[in-house]
This record gives sequence, C-alpha cells and structure tokens, in this order.
Amino acid sequence: MEKIIEVKNLYKSFENVEVLRGIDIDIYRGDVLCVIGASGSGKSTFLRCLNLLEKVDSGEIKLSGEYLFKNEHKILEPKLKAAKAALKAAKKDKSTAADKLLLLEDDYRELKEEYDALYTEERDIAKYIGKNIDLLRQKMGMVFQQFNLFPHLTILRNLTLAPTMLKLATPEEANERALALLERVGLRDRANDYPNQLSGGQKQRVAIVRALCMNPEVMLFDEPTSALDPEMVGEVLDVMKELAGEGMTMIVVTHEMGFAREVANRVIFLDDGVIAEEGSPEELFDNPKSERLKSFLSKVL
Amino acid sequence: MSWFDQLYYTFIEKDGYKYIIEGFGNTLLITFGALIIGVILGVIVAVAKYYSEENPKLKIIRWVCDTYVTVIRGIPITVLLLIFFFVIFASADNGIPVAIIAFGINSGAYMAELVRSGINAIDKGQMEAARSLGLSKWQAMRNIILPQAVKNILPAIGNECIALLKETSVAGYVAVRDLTLASTLIINNTYDFVNPLLLSALIYLALVIIMTKLLSVFEKKLKRSER
Repeated sequence: MEKIIEVKNLYKSFENVEVLRGIDIDIYRGDVLCVIGASGSGKSTFLRCLNLLEKVDSGEIKLSGEYLFKNEHKILEPKLKAAKAALKAAKKDKSTAADKLLLLEDDYRELKEEYDALYTEERDIAKYIGKNIDLLRQKMGMVFQQFNLFPHLTILRNLTLAPTMLKLATPEEANERALALLERVGLRDRANDYPNQLSGGQKQRVAIVRALCMNPEVMLFDEPTSALDPEMVGEVLDVMKELAGEGMTMIVVTHEMGFAREVANRVIFLDDGVIAEEGSPEELFDNPKSERLKSFLSKVL
Repeated sequence: MSWFDQLYYTFIEKDGYKYIIEGFGNTLLITFGALIIGVILGVIVAVAKYYSEENPKLKIIRWVCDTYVTVIRGIPITVLLLIFFFVIFASADNGIPVAIIAFGINSGAYMAELVRSGINAIDKGQMEAARSLGLSKWQAMRNIILPQAVKNILPAIGNECIALLKETSVAGYVAVRDLTLASTLIINNTYDFVNPLLLSALIYLALVIIMTKLLSVFEKKLKRSER
C-alpha cells in the first residue's frame, strides 16, 4: 500500500519541556488514524508538526515520498563533540600510544564526514522546503478545534479565497465547487452569511469544507468537536464519517472514543510524547495492554 | 461699527477671505498628504516588526523600526518640523512638501504602534488557518490579518487623524500659510482679533466633525460581518 506520510524519530520540545520524544509512524492512503491520549500527551503538537505549523526539532517527515522535514545532524552533534573532546584530551596527554591516537582520529574523521554530509543534505532539503512550504501545505487540509474561519469574509469567500488566490481554480470553478460541497453538508443556503451568524457545528462543517476545497490528499483534524456544544457534535462527526467512507486519508486527534472505534482503522495512544500503543480500534479498546492505556480508557469511556 | 460691518471689513475689504481659503486648502493638503504617508509608513513598520519578532535574522530591521518609533515619538512635532525645514531640507523654499513629509513621518510612528496592536490582537489561529490552506505569510497578512486588524483599530485611527489635523496648526513655524497662520495674518492686517480666530476655530471644528462622521459610516460598513 502506498505510504502518504512517513514519520521517523520525531522530536519536539517547548522551552525545556520535551513534548514529543521520538515518534515513528507510517500512514497509508485511505487510513483513518485516530490519535488518543490524555491532555498534554503531545497529540495536538504531533498533528501540528505534520503540517509544520510547529517547528520540529529533529527527525524526519515525508509526504508522498517527498521530504517535508529532515533534521538528523542535530542528533549527531553531541556525539561529534564528545569525539572531538576525546581526541583533544588524548593529544594533550603525551603518554597516549600512537596507535590509539590514530584510532581516535579515525573515529572523529568518520563522524565528522557523516555529520558534514548530513548537514549539507539537510540544509538543501530545508532550503527547498522553505521555498515550497506553501505548496506542500496545500496537500494537507487542517481542521482546528476553534474552527478559525475568517470572520471578515462571507462563508463562500472563506471557501474560495485560497483556491483562487493560489490560482488552482478560476473564480467560477471555485464557486461551483464550494457551493457543491456546501450543499453536501447542508449549508448551501448560508453561503452569503458571515461565520459569526452560524452555530458552532455549522462553523466546523464549513471549516471542513474549506479544507476540502483545496483538494487535499490528507485531512488533519485537531480535536474538531472539543469546542462544540454536545448536541452539535453529531453533525460534525457525520460529515467526517462520510468523508472517511469516501476513502479520504484522515488523521484525527480526538476525545470521541465512539467515533474512533466506529470509523478509524488504526488508533494510536500517545503517552508522554511517545506512541505507547498502536493497533486496530478493537485491539486498543477491548484489549489494552499497558496500564496507562487501561487507566486512560477507564476515565474516558 | 456693527458686527456685520466688522466682518465685512475684516474678511472682504481687507481680503481676509483669500487668506482663509488659501489656509484652508493648505491645512487640508498637509493633513491628507501626511495621513497617506503616515498610514503607509505605519503599516510597513508594523508588518516589518511583526515579521522580525519571530525571525532572529531580521534583528536589524527590528532595531530600525524600534528606533524610528522611539525617536519620532520622543520629539515634539514643532521641533521635528523645524529640523526638517532648517536642517534636512535646508534648501527648500516651499514649506508645504516639507510639512507633509514631517507630519507624515511623525504620524507614521503613531500609526505603526496602532497597527501593531491591531495585528497582535488577532487570534493566532487566523494566521495558522491561512497558512494551513497554503497561503504564504504575506498573502495571509494582506487578506486575513490586516483587514481584521484595521477594522479593530479604526476608532483609534480616527483619533490619530483628528490629532494630525490639529497638529498641522504649527505649520506656520516654517512659513506655511495654513489656516492658523492665515488667521494671524488677518489679525495683523485688521487688528480684529475676534473674528479671524473664531472663524478658524469653527473651520477646524467642522472638519473634525466631518472626519468623525465619515469614519463612523466606514466603521458601520465594516461591521457588517459582526451581526
């Protein structure tokens, strides 16, 4: 199966708090991946890193085989420093045997070469991404907890702004597509209203449509129902279910365990910045292995 | 002499109306010229500051912006105007362009702080949503952040416009015949102190009222999305 997103050894810290401590996961086309975990476990940060809304510290992210982020030379840095220090100390100490000195020198040189090669490669990747980040982001739609619709624009303009501005569609095409998608979520008659005239559930449905208007390959959902009144959660989840049914690749950070069990084909449990458990919803919800997951599930179910 | 005779003498017989018309024109010219410069400068400085705050490579730009705002806000406009006229543009024989530039640069510093506070007040999620759709930083700034920021700071911009209009009354220091200088010139010609000052005061007041009205109309138009 085709991998859409590949994540390797992802690290991210804020100030001195390590939020993500080495995440590895591959996401395949058509996957509906639910990310669960206690608050502060790094779920949202993980999602935001995929979109590079957060600056990642080190690791690797690939989108459709193309690098979105690669930074491994930083991991080598401490090793390199240690080798350098060892070499220096050995040189100072006159009693060191010549062959040992040679060995240390070789070690250092090897490490340095590896480091330099990585550094150059990653610098070029960073440069390329820096130039093309906006293009790469177009392939990933994002839905936020707080909707983040543009309050000064009508619903229709919210939907068509990006496609027309980025010249992906003519204004007519964009309008047509936006209206068709609005129709599907039952909001066509609100096209000319402003976001603040809508209810929370309606806003979130519009936000999903806004991301869909860009024809993304992956949709990222960051706790899409957490800011909603309980009676509106259903309408948003229905739209997401429909989307999943059509084969859209989705990564959903959520507290809706019912949704995760019903719609997801994979669930990961993040705990303390690492993937503590991974598997099908049945495996995770019915047979949790770790104590942490057991206690988490007992609190939320 | 009745009041009407006095008015006739001051404004018609002694050509007072000509001074007033010229002064009125110059005051408007300086105010709007300075306003345009001020708004453009203010937006540029505010946006430059916004970007340089998150990018350490742009430290110099940030320093330039900070210095501009600090220095300009720290110097009285009259002194600034005199410096512009007698030092920087010492060879200028017409004070009007110099006054426009001086008032514009002065106003820009205040506008910059206004616009910056407006930008900072916009929820971070707006920028993130725009970026997640693939818009560049600048496209997001221009289409999403700035329109909302300007809407929020419109009342404060109105205040700045009014302050600017009234500040132009010191343009006479560099021999620009604005409304204030016009009234003092008429006083010199006629020894009528009351009427020229009263008239110029009324004109300033009328201008401020018109400005306020225009702004509130504009504000209402922008408020549509908040029903």
